[in-house]
Amino acid sequence: MAKPKVATTSLCGCFGCHMSLLDIDERILDLVELVDFDRSPINDIKKIAGPVEIGLVEGGCANEENVKVLQEFRQHCKVLVSVGDCAINGGIPAMRNMVPLEECFEEAFLKGPTVVNPQGRIPDDEEIPLLLNQVLPCHEVVKIDYHLPGCPPSADTLWEALTALLEGRNLELPYELVKYD
Amino acid sequence: MCDRISLTIDGRQIEANPGQTILEAAEEAGVYIPRLCWMKGLSAFGSCRLCTVRVNGRPQSACTQPAAPGMIVENDTEELRQLRRSLIDMLFVEGNHFCMFCEKSGDCELQAQAYRLGITAPQYPFMFPQCELDASHPEIFVDRNRCILCGRCVRASQELDGKHVFGFVGRGPDKRVAVNSESGLAGTDVSVDDQAIAACPTGSLLAKRVGYVVPVGRRRFDHEPIGSEIEPASADE
Repeated sequence: MAKPKVATTSLCGCFGCHMSLLDIDERILDLVELVDFDRSPINDIKKIAGPVEIGLVEGGCANEENVKVLQEFRQHCKVLVSVGDCAINGGIPAMRNMVPLEECFEEAFLKGPTVVNPQGRIPDDEEIPLLLNQVLPCHEVVKIDYHLPGCPPSADTLWEALTALLEGRNLELPYELVKYD
Repeated sequence: MCDRISLTIDGRQIEANPGQTILEAAEEAGVYIPRLCWMKGLSAFGSCRLCTVRVNGRPQSACTQPAAPGMIVENDTEELRQLRRSLIDMLFVEGNHFCMFCEKSGDCELQAQAYRLGITAPQYPFMFPQCELDASHPEIFVDRNRCILCGRCVRASQELDGKHVFGFVGRGPDKRVAVNSESGLAGTDVSVDDQAIAACPTGSLLAKRVGYVVPVGRRRFDHEPIGSEIEPASADE
């Protein structure tokens, strides 16, 4: 029987949640026995082949590309999990949500104390994904089935959640595995 | 002395002294009723509604309602857990609670109530309001992003410190905690040792330069839910 597939991605995140997934230590050998990886930064596959049993999404949606990737994940993943505070509440990138986008650009590219930009141009190449006005948590863009908070969620939290979902158990995290920091 | 009052809470018979609130009587009997704006030593405020219980079928805030003979109180029910969850969710989306870098994380009562309820994500959309931060004082800062308007600093400053450093201004979504000086906290007679600073349940009022002194794993709510100190250990075995 083919192994169930897992896909992972980091949207507007720092890859810290993926580092935490690698932090499951020797259990990573069990994980390789349990699942195959579809699209993931771990194998550098850029496009979901699908269908996927479990999708793990790190990071919130800060730009149009994040939204497209998230929609692609929703389309192909039977179970979609928001991993980490950025996916759940926008996290650190969402600190810009209290500042108008125009002011963010001005600070980053024109007025910031360390900016050197003699032409005074704000990058607008079409290769650069357009920023959204605000960073959105994933569940405000698509339906999310489970949330694993933490910055990052601990390796134990990720392992417990993954194994529970793969074995068809109810995902009920013990008190010590639900943390927002 | 008057006779003790007898009432039931979640089917268990408990006793109260006349004048005691439901919350106090329950606490003495080892029953934890979740609360945020209530604090031992301060007058009851009844604003956060987290301690709402059903008394003879009617919702009442346990921190303000005196215990009365024969009361039938419901506290730990699925319905009330859901209501409390909604309240906590609203507090999270109405402010800017970035737990991942907050000095108070692990020691924060708002976060602890969410942990106790097992909340993994709020059910309402985030509002990302614009809030002011006042760092004018050399030893204390006020971060209104994290303020839940519980009024504990307001009451502690008046009732325990004998000052009037904090007060509410504005109404509805514009309501916020103001300080008793136009030049900000630095212009008030607040001191870092004031009870008002320690009374803050979140990271809204904090002493400067002492953040993160307690390592992760040794903070107040790292291993045991808030309220565990009230509930007898045998209760959950």
